[in-house]
Amino acid sequence: MRLRNRARRLRSTLAVSAAYALTGIALVPLALVLGYTAAKGLPAVTHPEFFLNVERPIGIPGGGVSHAIAGTAIMVGLASMLSIPVGVVGGLYLGECGGGRWAGWVRLAADVLVGAPSIAIGLFAYAVLVVPLHHFSGWSGAVALAVLMLPVVIRTSEGAIALIPTSLSESGLALGLPRWRVSLQLVLPAAAPGVITGALLAVARAAGETAPLLFTGFGNRFWNLDPTQPMSALPLIVFHDALTPYPSLQNQAWGAALVLVVLVLLVNLSSRWVLRRQLRLAGQL
Amino acid sequence: MIQALRLPLAERRPPDRFRIFAVAVSCVAPLAILAIVVVLYREAAPAVSHFGAGFLLARSWNPVSLDFGALPFIYGTVATSFIALAIALPVGLAVAIVLAQPGAQRLRATIGTGVELLAAIPSVVYGIWALYVMAPYLFNHVELPVSERFSFIGLLSGPARQTSLFTAAVVLAVMILPTLSAVSRDVMRAVPSGLRESAIALGATWWETTWKVILPAARAGIFGASVLALGRALGETIAVTMVIGNRPEIPASIFSPAYTLASVIANEFTEATGVLYPAALAELGLVLILVTLIVNMLALLLVRSTSRTRR
Repeated sequence: MRLRNRARRLRSTLAVSAAYALTGIALVPLALVLGYTAAKGLPAVTHPEFFLNVERPIGIPGGGVSHAIAGTAIMVGLASMLSIPVGVVGGLYLGECGGGRWAGWVRLAADVLVGAPSIAIGLFAYAVLVVPLHHFSGWSGAVALAVLMLPVVIRTSEGAIALIPTSLSESGLALGLPRWRVSLQLVLPAAAPGVITGALLAVARAAGETAPLLFTGFGNRFWNLDPTQPMSALPLIVFHDALTPYPSLQNQAWGAALVLVVLVLLVNLSSRWVLRRQLRLAGQL
Repeated sequence: MIQALRLPLAERRPPDRFRIFAVAVSCVAPLAILAIVVVLYREAAPAVSHFGAGFLLARSWNPVSLDFGALPFIYGTVATSFIALAIALPVGLAVAIVLAQPGAQRLRATIGTGVELLAAIPSVVYGIWALYVMAPYLFNHVELPVSERFSFIGLLSGPARQTSLFTAAVVLAVMILPTLSAVSRDVMRAVPSGLRESAIALGATWWETTWKVILPAARAGIFGASVLALGRALGETIAVTMVIGNRPEIPASIFSPAYTLASVIANEFTEATGVLYPAALAELGLVLILVTLIVNMLALLLVRSTSRTRR
């Protein structure tokens, strides 16, 4: 009997160590991706030309990705303008009165849309905006990114709004405020930190997406701030330059990848901090 | 006044225009899905009517003779996704088990943050890392030795390539790991704590509690998490495109180059001319989105059914 118990305990200990070892293995790729991107990207990023110049032909030094940074900023900015207001109102609806059957369908649709392949969304934007206008444009890229951001904004702002205690909106309604003022002037400001971080997470996701931009924003080797024209973006630079056989372009790709990773990590880690604070504050209310 | 109080509740309240507005706005999400499917179908219409249902089973892909078939891409997509799931499942489950344990929350929060950051890294960054770092390493330390030693098994035979089905599957495994572990963790946390406590009170060890109590209780949800991760793998584009080798054939070995639905669209769509060629690519996109929609919907319903039992 005692022997059997010892065997059971031994087996349990082994299983615990195996689970923790596998968890360790899960974190290895994170360290490797971050480490290699930093190591290979730093030589490119440390030249100021990288942020100041546009791409130069192969063999001519001093090329940069400023046009791609501008393109990413413009397309993601336009996409945010399109998707964040819509997403926040959707989130208000789900967070405040999300018990009904229709709300369940909206939630399911948003979750399914999060998992929709981004390349299909790119095809959609191509068919809707590029084909009728006969040329690639920053606007079509922005629309593709907006479709991608929308479900993320809806779900994260729903989460933030659901944290606000109903007593807040009830006291507003009891004072005779119309429902839109309760939602927009009482609940939304209280949930603002969570809603904003959710929106930032969506922005970070959109900034890193390549597939929807391949046949919408398309890429552009020159400086361009006009969203009716083709536009470059950082992920497009990484994708195109990484697949060339030229070491200088490959370095540029690693540099652009590093910029993307730093951006995404900053947004994610800071949003985590804000959300934790928000949870603690909601606990105090 | 008294008259008003006697009216039924619904009539006394003025129509709430803001709520109607919010409901209308929230329709955008379902409408977007519908619009994507309809628009892709319209784009694909010439190919759909030209090739019919045989498109899905035809094996040739020849833009010159306008002879198109989807089977190599369907095979590549399904094979990479399932191999990725097979690799990621044990690791993802272990992470979920560790994260769902009570106690030592600070350590678990750190591990959880690390795993979730894996989901935040852009696909294209995985792609460049896989192409320049992981693919050469896997080639030298896994593909070459295995293909030499086990060449009598057709699926593992050589000649091995750096960019192959297997390389793509490994990248995908890393990329779906966060989905898998985060969703299974939530499902395991939803198992009533009374079950765990009763098992411990009966003298079960940690392993017995986990294996015989928690995992069976969370079974449907874990299955849902796996299906959800599978859906992510099916639709993943850029990282796969960079390492799969882009050859529109059904390879005999997993160490050979292949192609997926998403990556052929990414590579060829901007160069596709004429009517039939882009339409065939759009039909591949249509197949991809219909499959991922169905897979995702199934997975979400499974996951929800288990997390609802808790309440």
